[in-house]
Amino acid sequence: MNRRNSGVEHFDRLCEACFGLLHGNEQLTVNLAAEDQQYHRFNHSKVRQSTAVAQRRCHFRFQSSGRRVTYSVDLTGDVTLDIATARSLIERGREEVRVLPEDPFVTPMENHGRSDEHHAGHLPEPEELLKQVSLQAGASDLAGLYAGGSQLRASRNSEGLRHVFSTESFFLDYSLFTRNTQGENKAVKALYSGRQWDDTHFADSLQQSRARLDMLQQESHSLSPGNYRVFFSPAAVQSLLSLFSWGAVSYGAWKKGDSALKRLVEGELQLSPLFSLAENFNLGLTPRFNSLGEVAPEKLAVIEQGIVRQLLINSRTAREYGITGNGAESGEGLRSPEIASGDLEEADVLSALGTGLYVSNLHYLNWSDLLNARITGMTRYACFWVENGEIVAPIRDLRFDESLYRVFGSELEAITRTSQIMMNTDTYIQRSLGGSKVPGLMVRDFRFTL
Amino acid sequence: MPVSLAVHPQFNDFDPHLALNWIRQEADWVSIRFIEEDTHHRTVRNGRPEQNSVSIERGVMVEAMVDGYIAYAATSDLSKTGLLLAAQSAAHQARIAGSYRVFDSTLSQRPQALGCYTSTTLSWLDSVGLAEFTDRLIEASRRLRVTDSIVTARAEATLVASRMRYVSSNGSDVDQHAFLAGQHFAASAQDGIDTQHRSLNGPTARCVQGGLESFDWDWLYAECERVGSEALDLLKAENCPDETLDLILAPDQMLLQIHESIGHPLELDRILGDERNYAGWSFVKAEDFGHLQYGSPLMNVSFDPGRSTEFASYGFDDGGAPARREWLIKDGLLLRGLGGLESQSRLGLPGVANFRSASWNRAPIDRMANINLEAGKASLDEMIGSVRRGVYMEANRSWSIDDYRNKFQFGCEYARLIEDGRLTRVLKNPNYRGVTVPFWHSLAAVGNADTSGIFGTPYCGKGEPNQMIRVGHASPACLFRSVQVFGGGA
Repeated sequence: MNRRNSGVEHFDRLCEACFGLLHGNEQLTVNLAAEDQQYHRFNHSKVRQSTAVAQRRCHFRFQSSGRRVTYSVDLTGDVTLDIATARSLIERGREEVRVLPEDPFVTPMENHGRSDEHHAGHLPEPEELLKQVSLQAGASDLAGLYAGGSQLRASRNSEGLRHVFSTESFFLDYSLFTRNTQGENKAVKALYSGRQWDDTHFADSLQQSRARLDMLQQESHSLSPGNYRVFFSPAAVQSLLSLFSWGAVSYGAWKKGDSALKRLVEGELQLSPLFSLAENFNLGLTPRFNSLGEVAPEKLAVIEQGIVRQLLINSRTAREYGITGNGAESGEGLRSPEIASGDLEEADVLSALGTGLYVSNLHYLNWSDLLNARITGMTRYACFWVENGEIVAPIRDLRFDESLYRVFGSELEAITRTSQIMMNTDTYIQRSLGGSKVPGLMVRDFRFTL
Repeated sequence: MPVSLAVHPQFNDFDPHLALNWIRQEADWVSIRFIEEDTHHRTVRNGRPEQNSVSIERGVMVEAMVDGYIAYAATSDLSKTGLLLAAQSAAHQARIAGSYRVFDSTLSQRPQALGCYTSTTLSWLDSVGLAEFTDRLIEASRRLRVTDSIVTARAEATLVASRMRYVSSNGSDVDQHAFLAGQHFAASAQDGIDTQHRSLNGPTARCVQGGLESFDWDWLYAECERVGSEALDLLKAENCPDETLDLILAPDQMLLQIHESIGHPLELDRILGDERNYAGWSFVKAEDFGHLQYGSPLMNVSFDPGRSTEFASYGFDDGGAPARREWLIKDGLLLRGLGGLESQSRLGLPGVANFRSASWNRAPIDRMANINLEAGKASLDEMIGSVRRGVYMEANRSWSIDDYRNKFQFGCEYARLIEDGRLTRVLKNPNYRGVTVPFWHSLAAVGNADTSGIFGTPYCGKGEPNQMIRVGHASPACLFRSVQVFGGGA
């Protein structure tokens, strides 16, 4: 029996035992987030730290009489021990709901069907991986993280719902560093990811990164703060897009005054007709079911041609505001977003930019004025000054402070025809699932401040 | 007997010494770091319970040294089979990765450590009823909602009991128990399109080491009413002006200023380049220690893991180094970086005991812990009185800094204009920006102990794989001259 099947069987036995403990009006949802991962951290193309992680995190949502409590534990893998722990938590849950006040926005658990999805992969053994990184990186100065292995998400509830999603995949999120003629540090960033490791594809990724690194060798172009015409690569656009998940397209956040796109939602402002944003689970990077086992539509239009179509709504928000939910997760953030592509050919990007900035990556974004959807952040990695369609020189990093209403609205000039699918590389607590599909953006006028 | 806040799930006992004996033959040297941490989140919004959750982390990290290289394997399977598999995995990785090592591991990086540490706490979860505590949070949210213009009133408590037991084949045995309490009380006021948020010291700042004694409810209720009123004041306020003027930062913003522009750039693993692909590098170079005048002579900064109520106090780091107070910056001069024994040996520089991990499933790296700006002599009135035109800002709400820790932009919840030595109008959307070293050179006055506050955050992110960790920052209010400030607007 492979590890996926044994993990699912363990989960099923645990759930069956837990459901058998429930009394008449009690309900229970059990979620599993398990992974077997190899993490290799690199610095100077060598191994800084290697860590193998085997974890099975289990979440129990127990509810009764309009009260809900949640417990999370790390399972041992011994079904008898894990059932004993779960039993003690259910008993504790019973005590808590007896004394907690009623929560009017708790939704009854329902049977949202069954599904079982598995994406098999072919990942390198550690020996082969480290040999390839060392061999291919050669004399290059590489820093980064390899994460590879299996991930399992499963959700069952006492009403009969059962969803299972598993995947085997990897990413090597890396940077190459050099010094330019002035002795300044310069770097390029890349992501090689997928389900099938291929030495040739990895070598190609490194070769492309090295080619960009060569362009950073020359003297930096000094640029004063001010307004510039800018092309944002897909990786930079992904950073901008991440802010949409900080409440911007959440129905609950909008109602509570926490959405940066409040003025868009309420029709006071619009974004560009070129800009469309959807949740697209067909990317296959994350399950459609959320932590309550509710299943989101395969594709959900969030913003179409600059106008809000649907905000993300979880069942709690739906109950609070008397609307219909759309299977969003508790935080109502995007899980598998896609920005619609446009008609700007990749080969025409520099000529279309003319004179301005080519921004490869952004760093450390945050809101600076929520009402006006203003964000601040930094340029990072391989960013260039371009004149008359030709790259002139790398720049020194600049701070910006600009509104999403201008970037995706009044100043959005064109969107590239091709998009990139970027796997989520977050590894806080556990390796994240999900990712995004994003094109590049041409922006007429963008504000740099420092 | 009323239901208390304490949760006692059923687990099998774990004996780290027995486990060490199971695995000690698997490598030249092994250690086990056992973590058991309970985190309780209790949240009330607008008088109704919103979250009642308890998260229990329980697992081990096994370190194995083979041929002078250490690798790691983490598991929540605490059986003999689980420990052996983890130890064999760690040893196997050490053999493979050791051929491509950045540096050599030695036992001097894992000294024998013996000792224990326990937070000072007067009252913990068994002593308070769940119903009573929930009622307190409901009352706090009611006090925040001073009028119907407050659309969201949120009262949150986070209570953590953390145990770390570290044993190793060279005789280490460290047992540490930390009790931690976090509070968040916030009001959002809405008028038409505008929404303004105000909280008690910012979203995550109110976190201390200690127990439920930090919930002084009568004081908190009064503060909640102040917070609610100030949210309304912000709705009527004008935007912070866009100009260069003097800036006084309250301790609940100083925590962020210290964290981002002192703490992170001094981390030795950043200086070594380990973080270059994620959090970033540092403008500080190894040769700067002992030479770089980081800021004005009024600037004195310490690493202090022994301040009993501060959030990130402890007795030993995760490599067994005993934690001691050290000066990082004295009279503005940079003296010492933030790096554990591994980074110290790689750089040949002194550091501190800050080799820490976020949980059982992550390897330790250099982290901040408690970084404090020492109090000076000025009273708040004296600082305000010395300003002809300036801004006083409180409570962080936005933060961003570049990957070398130079160019920053921070925002606060609440500000007051200073005119001719007096606080005058309330200002909304206050932000400021600057560059780290020039900014710290503009430090013109450091507040006395009466102006000081002890804060922190549970959410310092860093590392690959990523780790979120607790840090503490104590600071007085400080005055900076000629800072670029600005407000909101399209």
